[in-house]
Amino acid sequence: MRITQGTFSFLPDLTDDQIRSQIEHCLENGWAVSIEHTDDPHPRNTYWEMFGNPMFDLRDAAGVMVEVDAARTTFPSHYIKVNAFDATRGVESLRLSFIVNRPDPEPGFGLVRQEAEGRSIRYTVHAYAADRPEGERYP
Amino acid sequence: MLPYGCRSNDEEHIDVESGNHPEAPLEAAERYRAGVLKYAQMGYWDPQYEPKDTDVLALFRITPQDGVDPVEAAAAVAGESSTATWTVVWTDRLTAADSYRAKAYKVEPVPGSPDQHFAYIAYDLALFEPCSIANLSASIIGNVFGFKPLRALRLEDMRFPAAYVTTFDGPPTGIVVERERLDKFGRPLLGATTKPKLGLSGRNYGRVVYEALKGGLDFTKDDENINSQPFMHWRDRFLFCMEAVNRAAAATGEVKGHYLNVTAGTMEDMYERAELARDLGSVVVMIDLVIGYTAIQSMSKWARRNDMILHLHRAGHGTYTRQKAHGISFRVISKWMRLAGVDHIHAGTVVGKLEGDPNMVQGFYNVLREPHNPIDLQRGLHFEQDWVGLRKVMPVASGGIHAGQMHQLLHYLGDDVVLQFGGGTIGHPMGIQAGATANRVALEAMVLARNEGRDIWNEGPDILAAAARGCRPLEAALDTWGEITFDYTSTDTPDYVPTATPA
Repeated sequence: MRITQGTFSFLPDLTDDQIRSQIEHCLENGWAVSIEHTDDPHPRNTYWEMFGNPMFDLRDAAGVMVEVDAARTTFPSHYIKVNAFDATRGVESLRLSFIVNRPDPEPGFGLVRQEAEGRSIRYTVHAYAADRPEGERYP
Repeated sequence: MLPYGCRSNDEEHIDVESGNHPEAPLEAAERYRAGVLKYAQMGYWDPQYEPKDTDVLALFRITPQDGVDPVEAAAAVAGESSTATWTVVWTDRLTAADSYRAKAYKVEPVPGSPDQHFAYIAYDLALFEPCSIANLSASIIGNVFGFKPLRALRLEDMRFPAAYVTTFDGPPTGIVVERERLDKFGRPLLGATTKPKLGLSGRNYGRVVYEALKGGLDFTKDDENINSQPFMHWRDRFLFCMEAVNRAAAATGEVKGHYLNVTAGTMEDMYERAELARDLGSVVVMIDLVIGYTAIQSMSKWARRNDMILHLHRAGHGTYTRQKAHGISFRVISKWMRLAGVDHIHAGTVVGKLEGDPNMVQGFYNVLREPHNPIDLQRGLHFEQDWVGLRKVMPVASGGIHAGQMHQLLHYLGDDVVLQFGGGTIGHPMGIQAGATANRVALEAMVLARNEGRDIWNEGPDILAAAARGCRPLEAALDTWGEITFDYTSTDTPDYVPTATPA
């Protein structure tokens, strides 16, 4: 399967040129760019690990690309995403978030059903990879 | 103006342009003598009045009957929407009547419409109960729309003072928190309404939901009139839909949602339905505009208590928003609904099958999404409006739109919008999943290109064609619908158009 979180997951994996172009767009808008990674891509896992602090006041996308490469080298089989944060009052949240690295293959998720009262069912989305300890989830 | 036999014989022409009007305020003894006065004489017309920052302001488009003076018509609207009745009453003198009277303070001709005038009216804040759209609307539109001396009347716009806005909770979730909860950033959200909207069993209905969500949509939606009919009990629909939603979430690793329509005949029934939706883990419930303003505010409170996104379908609005001469502009409904507190509201597509002039629709979107609206006559915004931190409503574009229009949709509507492709997903020749995928790929390709600095307005078709070369479902969608447009003249259009000025 292919996890389709992030802004561009339905497109073919972005090339480095395409990634750089998106980062330039973010910097032109004054957004702070950050990199995060995880081996637990559950849809409700909000807090991926931060790969360094958000990069404020950058002018050149090259600096971010260096960090993207470093993250890929350090965690080649993790999900890695690039986020852009907009501190404008009334937004103060992410404006863009897209995946730039993913494991191969992606084992995906199972759905655990607990039959409850009536015909109700309580659902749990379960990542197969999360059955193994952190750090050992992808080959 | 007055068919009742008026004490004043003054039939002088009133100079609307200059605001001069012969009806000088009367001395108290004269003013309150039993009988009938012109509304302007009763104090409902005051061209010298300077609206206070704390006043509620309203702009009406008035079309007086033949021979009725526009200023007197404006004063009558001010009177009938505040303290007046048709005759003088001495009990006014038991109140601070001067301050409670609404005041028409400006009347001007509508550009290009000789029989119509814009009437600006100011209302003291104390006339309104805090946090009640029912009370507000009972005053502003409660009585005046059937008033005989007017041939037609339309509420065009309103301005709410900060002191009034802050009495409302506003959207229970808002655009920012909705995106954070769903973990979806940087692009419009995608939805589809299940079709056919009537007749499917719960099991078959859930199939459509699963296919569309797995294929790439973020949301699917009940239609406005799918409640609990003989062919599908509401509980069946909720149970099958949530199976579909959760299966699709597991298949994609994304948060997914289905707008479960909890509209019902009573509040008790709506609460019962909303509670089951919550217990099953839905992130969103839906209501129809026809349930009424009080029911909407009640459901908003419920949604806040239960961390639920509240989707509003504007069912019925076309009966009073579409015609330019009479009714209520949808921008006023948009303002009321932002105050009342909904998270989603259908607000037009510009390019789809339903009414929507581009400028008017952008005006509605600005009202719903911006922290502050400047005066923007071209988009129908006649007042400055500060939303004082009130959360933002996500507009929904739904009705006759398809993947081939993606560049136009993104150009007109921006990122913070739900694009709903019902027929454009479910009617896809390769199936529902393929239809959803086509829309998602078209959207992501267009956002990517826009962010790269490309001119999507002109290059849009090329960008879509390039994306379709790697995506058979998008290719098929463009082959099927690429040429479909809905070019009809809008009925609700701007009164002001920009004129070119020499540089």
